[in-house]
Amino acid sequence: MAVERPKGKKSVPEGVWTECKKCGQTVYNKELEKNFKICPTCGYYFRLSAQERVNFLLDEGSFKESDIDMKSNDPLSFHDTRKYVERLEDARKKTNLFDAIITGEGTIGKHSVSMGVMDFRFMGGSMGSVVGEKITRAIEKAIEKKTVVIIVSTSGGARMQEGMFSLMQMAKTSAALSRLSNMKLPFISILTDPTTAGVSASFAMLGDVIISEPKALIGFAGPRVIEQTIGQKLPEGFQSAEFLLEHGIVDLIVERKELKSTLIKFLNFFKNKV
Amino acid sequence: MAFLDFEKPIIEVEKKIKEFKIIGKDKQVDFSSEIIKLEKKCLKLKKEIFSKLSPWQKVQLSRHPDRPYTLDYIKGLMSDFIELHGDRNFADDKAIVGGVAFFGKEPVVVIGHQKGRTLQENKERNFAMPHPEGYGKALKLMQLANKFGRTVIIFIDTPGAYPGIAAEERGQAESIATNLKEMAGFGVPIICVVIGEGGSGGALAVGVGNKVLMLENAIYSVISPEGCASILWRDSSEAKQAAEKLALTASDLLKNGIIDEIITEPLGGAHCDYNYVIEQVRKSLIRNISEFKKFTPEELKEQRYNKFRKIGQVKTGKGKRPINQSKQRKKQYSKRNIK
Ligand SMILES: [Zn+2]
Repeated sequence: MAVERPKGKKSVPEGVWTECKKCGQTVYNKELEKNFKICPTCGYYFRLSAQERVNFLLDEGSFKESDIDMKSNDPLSFHDTRKYVERLEDARKKTNLFDAIITGEGTIGKHSVSMGVMDFRFMGGSMGSVVGEKITRAIEKAIEKKTVVIIVSTSGGARMQEGMFSLMQMAKTSAALSRLSNMKLPFISILTDPTTAGVSASFAMLGDVIISEPKALIGFAGPRVIEQTIGQKLPEGFQSAEFLLEHGIVDLIVERKELKSTLIKFLNFFKNKV
Repeated sequence: MAFLDFEKPIIEVEKKIKEFKIIGKDKQVDFSSEIIKLEKKCLKLKKEIFSKLSPWQKVQLSRHPDRPYTLDYIKGLMSDFIELHGDRNFADDKAIVGGVAFFGKEPVVVIGHQKGRTLQENKERNFAMPHPEGYGKALKLMQLANKFGRTVIIFIDTPGAYPGIAAEERGQAESIATNLKEMAGFGVPIICVVIGEGGSGGALAVGVGNKVLMLENAIYSVISPEGCASILWRDSSEAKQAAEKLALTASDLLKNGIIDEIITEPLGGAHCDYNYVIEQVRKSLIRNISEFKKFTPEELKEQRYNKFRKIGQVKTGKGKRPINQSKQRKKQYSKRNIK
């Protein structure tokens, strides 16, 4: 239910209301959460935190998180206009996470899965050593326990502040998936808004099944970079999930509300294979 | 001949030497002592400048328009090269060349990014920025090598993947990803040599080797210094600073365990002496290929896997994340609880 936000009432505590980025309507947070964080007025998909996604997808209470305290070592002592360690600390405060992904084991419709869920709020979901290592471990865990791997991606790409350590996580995670594949264990990749660059060009595009949320921006190069390179505006809907489906790059688009039940169907299909 | 700004003092002395030589010949005067003096000065200058190149200067050198490119190395190192063009799917992407050849007595598959020398050539080769069909061509060639047990030699030299409409429509993210996964699984030796620019995903897409070698003045980076500067400094003219920070030089990458070996370039850079640098590459390739002679396909996969598996720096412990219990989850994402 959308509600007009009472004007001039600054006393309304933050966190009760959220304004829809698309239609501008103000929505009660409780309402929004019940509706899978989809705007009741215009259908806009709010981005989910990793924890929210875990709560939506996994069987209640089943999730056991791994490597909770793994964090970046700042291998290059990087600083641009600010120190990387400060950016990391800001992101930690904002998200309550140490890096841009949560991994662990749990069940979906009672099927065991090794799960990874990225969080865009943490430095744009960028992949550095921690994201790469946690994903690789999640895949290795699945190989050890013979379970399915599911990764929900959202990322602007490799984390520049870790230089080539970040780029190499693309090779590392893809190599781990090669091993998973050899073991004939399934990988379901879920792409959410946005999934680009180093993440789309590695594990995210290597699913046995690739699912996308509606309207998610998915691509390699970001739209702004492409526009600068070709010197013209991109057509409406370029690099949207629907565009990718049309070009045969993703397998299907699933509404957020249907995501869990769809996953269960896939897990049923893969059952006995794992 | 093109030259870079920091090469200017050297170029000026070289010009003087040439003048002395010409005048001496014309007027039948012996300037040999002057010439020797200038040559000494030139050498000293070169040593001075090239012994302490900044990362940004190396970026410039790695892009030097006279630098040897993939086809120069193939010509210098191999015999009976037959170029194969097919990706068997969409088109011949001239940004990547490859084929079969003999390296000494050994039959090999050779692949590399190919830059152009002229504007026309660069138009054809898209400045060595591949489209998905380029990665597809490289993959086809590697599959050929894998099937027939041939060593793969790959030369890396690209500004990066091409950020264009067609490349996106044809799924370049998936193409790169597929190469990374497939390369991890090949049971033949793969030796990569970064000869110029190792530009991000476009370079890594042919970069998952058992060994990754790198020329002394080549670079290999997660993003171009210009791109990094425009994002983090919001000013692409800060590229010099970004180059300092990204640890993209061969020596930094060797220190960080990203590459395995540095190949020496002649004084002044690879473009000053093709024969010299080609010989250095030859020696290094022979040594590295022979290292894998006794490896089984499984051992080759294992070695390659472990090499990439261990890259990354993380730490654990100290300062646990405060809230992580399911009961507290709800609180966690209402904005009130986020400072
Ligand atoms: Zn709305």
